[in-house]
Amino acid sequence: MLRIPCPFCGERDHAEFSYGGDATVAWPAVGETDPRTWYEAVFLRDNPRGPHREYWHHVHGCRMWLVVERDTLTHEIAGARPAHPDLAALLREKAAT
Amino acid sequence: MSGWRLDEGGLIDRSRTIGFGFDGRRYQGHPGDTLASALLAAGVGIVGRSFKYHRPRGVMSAGVEEAGALVTVGAGARRDPNVRATAVELFDGLEAHGQHAWPSVRFDLGAIAGLFSRFIPAGFYYKTFMGPGRGTGAWMLYERAIRRSAGMGAASREPDPDTYETTHAHCDVLVAGSGPAGLEAALAAAEAGLRVIVAEQDFALGGALLWESEPVGENSPADWRSARVEALQRSDRVTCLPRTTVFGLYDGGVAGMLERVTDHLAEPWPDLPRHRLWIVRAKQTIVATGALERTIAFGNNDRPGVMLADAARSYARRFGVAAGRRAVVATDNDSGYRAAIDLARAGIEVAALLDSRERSPEGPAAELKRIGIPVRHGTVPVQAAGRAAVRRLRVGRRTGRQVRAADWIECDLVAVSGGWSPVVHLASHRGSRPVYDDSLAAFMPGPIDEPVHVAGAAAGIWRVEDCVHSGRAAGNIAARALGRSAPEPELPSPGGWSLAIRPVWEVRVDGQGAKRFVDPQNDVTTADIRLAHREGFASAEHLKRYTTLGMAADQGKVGNVIGLAILAEAAGRPIAETGTTTFRPPYTPVTLGTLAGRGCGPHFRPTRRTPMDRWHRQRGAVMTDAGLWQRPWYYPRDGEDLATAYVREARAVRGGVGLCDVSTLGKIAVQGPDAGAFLDRVYVNGFSGLAAGRARYGVMLRDDGIVMDDGTVWRLAETDFFVTTTTANAATVLAWLEELLETRWPELRVCVTAVTEQWAGMAVAGPRARDVLAAVIEEIDLSDAAFPFMAVRDGRVAGAPCRVARLSFSGELAYEVMVPADHGEAMCAALWRAAEPVGGVLYGLEALGALRIEKGHVAGQELDGRTTLDDLGLGGMASSSKPFIGDVLRKRPEFARPDRQRLVGIVPVDRARTLHAGAILCAPEKVAGHGEGWVSSVTFSPELGHWIGLALISGGLEAWRDRIAVAADPVRGSDVEVEIVAPRFVDPEGSRLHG
Repeated sequence: MLRIPCPFCGERDHAEFSYGGDATVAWPAVGETDPRTWYEAVFLRDNPRGPHREYWHHVHGCRMWLVVERDTLTHEIAGARPAHPDLAALLREKAAT
Repeated sequence: MSGWRLDEGGLIDRSRTIGFGFDGRRYQGHPGDTLASALLAAGVGIVGRSFKYHRPRGVMSAGVEEAGALVTVGAGARRDPNVRATAVELFDGLEAHGQHAWPSVRFDLGAIAGLFSRFIPAGFYYKTFMGPGRGTGAWMLYERAIRRSAGMGAASREPDPDTYETTHAHCDVLVAGSGPAGLEAALAAAEAGLRVIVAEQDFALGGALLWESEPVGENSPADWRSARVEALQRSDRVTCLPRTTVFGLYDGGVAGMLERVTDHLAEPWPDLPRHRLWIVRAKQTIVATGALERTIAFGNNDRPGVMLADAARSYARRFGVAAGRRAVVATDNDSGYRAAIDLARAGIEVAALLDSRERSPEGPAAELKRIGIPVRHGTVPVQAAGRAAVRRLRVGRRTGRQVRAADWIECDLVAVSGGWSPVVHLASHRGSRPVYDDSLAAFMPGPIDEPVHVAGAAAGIWRVEDCVHSGRAAGNIAARALGRSAPEPELPSPGGWSLAIRPVWEVRVDGQGAKRFVDPQNDVTTADIRLAHREGFASAEHLKRYTTLGMAADQGKVGNVIGLAILAEAAGRPIAETGTTTFRPPYTPVTLGTLAGRGCGPHFRPTRRTPMDRWHRQRGAVMTDAGLWQRPWYYPRDGEDLATAYVREARAVRGGVGLCDVSTLGKIAVQGPDAGAFLDRVYVNGFSGLAAGRARYGVMLRDDGIVMDDGTVWRLAETDFFVTTTTANAATVLAWLEELLETRWPELRVCVTAVTEQWAGMAVAGPRARDVLAAVIEEIDLSDAAFPFMAVRDGRVAGAPCRVARLSFSGELAYEVMVPADHGEAMCAALWRAAEPVGGVLYGLEALGALRIEKGHVAGQELDGRTTLDDLGLGGMASSSKPFIGDVLRKRPEFARPDRQRLVGIVPVDRARTLHAGAILCAPEKVAGHGEGWVSSVTFSPELGHWIGLALISGGLEAWRDRIAVAADPVRGSDVEVEIVAPRFVDPEGSRLHG
């Protein structure tokens, strides 16, 4: 069982979360019309060995979407932050003060 | 072999006698016995028959590594096969049976297989029954017969009558094992102020201390054990769990443990679970799981009476049982000496100690001399003789690499020590590869990059006192890692024997043909391993699969290392390079019930009920599962069946009025200044232009252009939308909206809230729907002009506020009435009071489906994750004036292929025929393969008086207009000719909606 440090709830079993895919994908703006750009964002994925960023949804907890840094080789989790950039910045500020 | 109960000694309660049965005979034992110790005490030699050759098998060990005494315990629904008698705690009334023998383990006709054993070597079945020209058909035929003749016990086929449960725990330090290292580690951690859980697979704490005779410092091992156990049990920071096996270590410091709660009780309190699954999150884990003794592969080393030396010692000292009358101890290391001494002290005649080495350790040698046990150096066991049990042992002299057979020694017990294997399993679960240590002749735990510490014999530390130090060090390491003050850990080095082991894996003598077993449970011999190597199975993993070495209940705990050593020798490379197979959880077998816990039967998944659940049941509703929800299926009158009831209900809706519970629809509040813009991006059609007080049907796509879900969006106010989803996709859509807002479009000022549970909803449908509403709804002008189709109004019903939208799934004049969930029943009752007198009905899911199929509305069967807007005939809904998710990829060339499967309607050519969902649509000239499409939804149409259906077919209506297709149903065995028609069977113009 992975243990994911949710920034809102604390460290929890991964069974409380659902995996939300690769968090390194640069999603096109909704108005993007180039099919190639969409094709790459939707279908092409790297399969990195080592540290990786991925989305996890704390679906049975606070329901927040998180960016989790996980090593795909060792399953070691380096950290987790809110996926929403404003929330992440807010928590960073709070931690700094 | 002729065991008996010693007059004294052991940790059994001799003041009490308990009765048990084995193979139909009655025996007696004492509390504190295992089934194996009680059988040995009763003189039972043959406990089972072997897997392949039906050879007699007895007790070989005293623990979970047992590969001989596998029995079936219990009867009826509580029959457990392949249970190790050595790990079964005796209780009054225990019933056990030997396995794999007919008519009995003592006289087994299947033993004839042993006579032909030279014809069934490793891989025999595969080579003979599979391969070129024979095919899998032949294999499947033979396999049945093979399975019958080779096998183990049979499981019960009845439902499991016991309950199981799951428990979650957190601790600072988890200690697996309670031997000298485990007890000391737990105490060290507790003294540092940490919360500790100690798990011990045995029913008594102490591990090897339960039979050890080597003193711990000034103390006897028994006194030391009692003092430590008492200290731990006194501490409120320590939880001691006997009968609990740490079966696996997982990511994040999580351990899986199995606690056997009632297996040892004659009459368990009925509310107790049989087994309990512990999921423990530990900050630090100490693996103090000990070591397992190995046997030596000599001739007939599987005969009842051949036993691990330490097991014989434990029967004598822990259980007060002599495993034989005259013993020979055969060893290649120092530990055999203590076994010989303890057996002799217990009153068993020790005829000789065979040491493969040329010298003896000094202290023990003197002790043996004093007792009068002759030591024979450079001597190894060659072959045991005796049909049902050992009667004598032939020994051999070792000169260099050769062994020359010598004399026979009369004996009924051969106590063997071929060295020790640390239990590296739990460390291996964490990805630490075991490392072979030549000087200890053992695989040692490899380095671990996690807070997991191996202590005691599991780390290859053999002396009891060193194990204690090792445990103390591990406890201190854990304490310091958690920021507690603890002394600098002093780690004892592995080993501890005064003379080095000289490993004897196998004893081969020219002309001696008796089988030498490596893995008795699977009947794998040393010859099988050499054969596998000759045939090219050179890696440890291949060897395992080909010979079955190390499979089944014991997972090669005793035999694996011997097998690897013989493979290494055959391949001419060191054992270290041969490596081991991968150890995976579980360490010992785990019952499936334990893993299921309470999650079975009605608790397999949560049950969701609508606020009107009770109300429906009171009106005779037959309920059905819709995902997690319970929904009314139909409301039978006067003994109606489903087919009659739903047709009546649907007909009544179209002819008058009906009420249907729609509370299960997913409901999401989408609020905020950018809510309209957000919905514009999510749905294919536009919502920012929707006026307040209006609703609109919407469809959303996935990024890849496939339809995700459909539903309605009600605009309550400028910044306040109420979105409904399909029942099945409610959770998916909510998570999707949250994802978009948090990860992709954080700039949008929108909040989404799940309100499915907050609202109870009823659909009121049919030409008389307005009359029903008029009777009960207050504060809304229901006239067509004031409340047109797709309008939303707030009012009151049954004293509660309500929200009404004029929407239709059935194609009739219809409304959805929503009230706060607590008022659901009152709303229902009020609507029903108005509907019943005018001939209204309650209609369930089946009639709802019939009505929507008649209208050609798509549902989950059609929104199956493969269909696009165009496939479903909804392409016209897509806005061209704003971007939305999935718009670019829905235009992929592949989706525009003329042969795409598209939504159509079907009717049987012979209107009397019945249709089946799931049938394959084929062209009449080619009814085969995947066909041209498939039937997604069917119903009997009350309006048309015959069966109709929705289907997806290549090319859609254009390609099939005026053509016949065959709905082929090979599973249910019916082919029906169908006409392909437009998917709108009733009121295609939609005039009724506006009635």
